[in-house]
Amino acid sequence: MNPPNPIESLLRMDRIPHIWCPGCGIGTAVNCFIRALMESQIPFDNICVVSGIGCTGRVAGYIKLDSFHTTHGRALPFATGLKLANPDLKVIVFSGDGDMIAIGGNHFIHAARRNMDITVICVNNFNYAMTGGQVGPTTPYTANASTSPYGSFEKPFNLPKLAESAGASYVARWTTYHVIQMKKSMLRAIKKKGFTFVEVISPCPTLYGRRNRLGAGLSTMRYYKKNSVIKNGAPTSELDLKFQNKIVVGKFLDIEKPTFLDEMDQLYKKVRTSAV
Amino acid sequence: MKKNEKAVLEGAHFFTGNHAACEGAIAAGCRFVSGYPITPSTGVIERIALRFPFVGGVFIQMEDELASSIALQGAVWAGEKAMTITSGPGLYLMMEHIGLAVITETPCVFVDVQRGGPSTGLPTLPGQADMMQARWGSHGDYEIIALAPDSPQECFDFIITAFNLAEQFRIPVMFMMDECIGHMSEKVVIPPADKIEITPRRYTKLPPEQYLLYKPEKDLVPAMVKAGDGYHFHVTGLTHDERGYPVISAECQAELIPRLVDKIRLNEKKIRMLKMDIPDDSEVVIISYGITSRVVTLAIEMAKKEGIKVGSLRLIVVWPFPEEVIKDIAKRVKAIVVVEMNYGQVFYEVERVSAGNAKVILVPHAGGTVHKPDEVYKSIIEAVK
Repeated sequence: MNPPNPIESLLRMDRIPHIWCPGCGIGTAVNCFIRALMESQIPFDNICVVSGIGCTGRVAGYIKLDSFHTTHGRALPFATGLKLANPDLKVIVFSGDGDMIAIGGNHFIHAARRNMDITVICVNNFNYAMTGGQVGPTTPYTANASTSPYGSFEKPFNLPKLAESAGASYVARWTTYHVIQMKKSMLRAIKKKGFTFVEVISPCPTLYGRRNRLGAGLSTMRYYKKNSVIKNGAPTSELDLKFQNKIVVGKFLDIEKPTFLDEMDQLYKKVRTSAV
Repeated sequence: MKKNEKAVLEGAHFFTGNHAACEGAIAAGCRFVSGYPITPSTGVIERIALRFPFVGGVFIQMEDELASSIALQGAVWAGEKAMTITSGPGLYLMMEHIGLAVITETPCVFVDVQRGGPSTGLPTLPGQADMMQARWGSHGDYEIIALAPDSPQECFDFIITAFNLAEQFRIPVMFMMDECIGHMSEKVVIPPADKIEITPRRYTKLPPEQYLLYKPEKDLVPAMVKAGDGYHFHVTGLTHDERGYPVISAECQAELIPRLVDKIRLNEKKIRMLKMDIPDDSEVVIISYGITSRVVTLAIEMAKKEGIKVGSLRLIVVWPFPEEVIKDIAKRVKAIVVVEMNYGQVFYEVERVSAGNAKVILVPHAGGTVHKPDEVYKSIIEAVK
């Protein structure tokens, strides 16, 4: 008999096998995330996982905690309501690049601006995978997708730069090759107050990988290993991703500032005192 | 701070409908509001923003209506009673999450202070043309509950009813005000807090190992849980089984959808709220709702003076539609006159249900102001010819 999976206790085993393709990186991100939760010592009953729609949107459904699979792009505003109504909850949003940055882009910048006390883990596989590999806001310039069949001529977002500019307190990026660092970053992001953001660069061998002739999941991992450069503290303006080029990974931002709830509580207290 | 301190402002006030709705929501126990400014509804969130620091509530002005209409659902699953407020052009942006609240059975209140449309239309002037988008604007099959108050006093009273119905049936309840009701000021009497009936959330008494998130009780409504209580539940907008797990199949859909529809349709009688004044010898009955029901009063008086036997039916709960009541009226009278500030929404329902038993006449209005009592009076004369 195989030894039990060490993260099994936090998975909905009655829903396994999951829907993700062989070689997909989402499972790796979930594995690192659950290990981070286990190390965090946060009571599991207080942890909520919220997802939107898409391949990564399915994460909430496999984690055996209070979990919410909401609408496309709207995981963050749902999570905002959850957190504000019960600040004791630790709320984590798991989301894909299309979900979080295209349709959910407005919510992303505003949650970051408010320094809302939520962790966002964004699995970036450079395309809309659930719907069959369409071009997205992170698809690298010239990369092929089903709705950019001659190569994408749009400029993609640099997610760490976007998160920092909008007001995040913590920003990191890793690939699914960097499991130790990714888990460590997730742990730090979850434990830290404020809007914390971890980008996870992930293979999508079935769609993005196939269309761009990048081979199976393993080839992509070899590419990550060879081309990733760890630069902790690098300015986020230098983190643009070019098609099959160097990937700068690391922890880029880790600052302290008051959260939405800190500000609200402090102000409301003052308002109540002066009204008496 | 203690949650109910200063929450219920007992006594007589001079309030706009928007402010009365705000106070009613607070009295109903609403402690989370997410909103986005839109004329003519903004008075509600402005007062909420002023009042919430003193009642232990959280107000957040979100980045758009899409965000407002889902943030409140997060708050509900964390245990709060919650609402959002908008007008027609905001309501259609919220359709995505009315559907979500329906399928996830999230009790919450959507206030719509209606204005003239379509699109930007008449921001500062009234309309009643959101009745169908409130009922079926999201895709898929479902039923909701919609109430239409006709005064600031009713904005206070019936928004409490709206919160109570939301909890009882685990459904988004649409509170269909209009620009007139929202902006008019009238006397509003707020009763003592202990005289206000509040329906608590239907929390399960079962322990996590026995509990199923969507196992319905006798009235087809399942008992609820909230985040943080150790149930480790899963809520999804996908078609789901009783565990709450997604099941993408025709069979699961055939289990879920009829229940969501029937929990409202089969309970219509329990939800029904009408104001009926139909003498036995009535020849014609006027059907109206919201601000329009105040305009028709004068027309009815005028007709009565002329010796016309006229009755009146005012829909306070518009959806679910009181089919049996109207079917019965259609069999007793010569004609039904439907007066609404649109070009035929509730009218077509009345016509369908009357099934040819009575002549059904629409007195339409494009919005921007209320009907002239004269127009309604002329239709009454026409109806009894």
